[in-house]
Amino acid sequence: MKNEMTLIIKALSINESFARTCVAAFCVGLNPSLDEINDIKTSVSEAVTNCVVHAYPDKVGDIKIKVSINNDLITIFITDFGIGISDVNKAREPFYTTKPEQERSGMGFTVMESFMDDVEVFNNGNSNGLTVKMCKKIANVNYQVMGA
Amino acid sequence: MQVMNKVYNNTLYITLSGELDEMTANFVRNKLDEVMQTKGTKQIIIDLSELEFMDSTGVGVLIGRYKKMREVNIPIFICNPSNTAEKIFKMTGLYDIMPKIG
Repeated sequence: MKNEMTLIIKALSINESFARTCVAAFCVGLNPSLDEINDIKTSVSEAVTNCVVHAYPDKVGDIKIKVSINNDLITIFITDFGIGISDVNKAREPFYTTKPEQERSGMGFTVMESFMDDVEVFNNGNSNGLTVKMCKKIANVNYQVMGA
Repeated sequence: MQVMNKVYNNTLYITLSGELDEMTANFVRNKLDEVMQTKGTKQIIIDLSELEFMDSTGVGVLIGRYKKMREVNIPIFICNPSNTAEKIFKMTGLYDIMPKIG
């Protein structure tokens, strides 16, 4: 079964709870375990936090969240249209942060990599900003719940 | 998001309740700094049993509090983390500086 949704929100911290809860609610039809759904919620929160904190230094831009379900595979794209990251590999290193004075742990990408099966980070090709692509397979998908 | 505290036998007990993320981090940071000034405190125990959500922003807040309390030699301990919080704490090494008890 295939399913998809797209959500566009402003890059405001007040939208973080809405974003992660919304993605979790969309995925819940696959019958994920509580740990799996919390892994997804936390990873979405990390990616959205990055957009809120780093992507738009001078304005409040948009965050686009696309979630695709293909049988047992959940793929989440979290895209901003901000300043991007010049050295993506450096940004992914544990404890690396450009804002240590704000007490930032620098562990956002590490958390995503640990909680999801696969994480890709890339600057958007033909527009500004950055996309985080994350995949996770749900172990015990209940196809009856999915209506398939 | 709520930060509750009480003192018993020179131990400051803090309960975090709700969701600790970018939205609530500043509130929690300021509230913790306020209650951690409680006179006579020799150690601090942070109870996470009522914390419904936390991401790495929360770890940043906790590490910041550790650094402040280290200056006055007051240790901080964590109790009752959720499965997810436990994974984040192990991954980030937080337990090395704020041991888990209970």
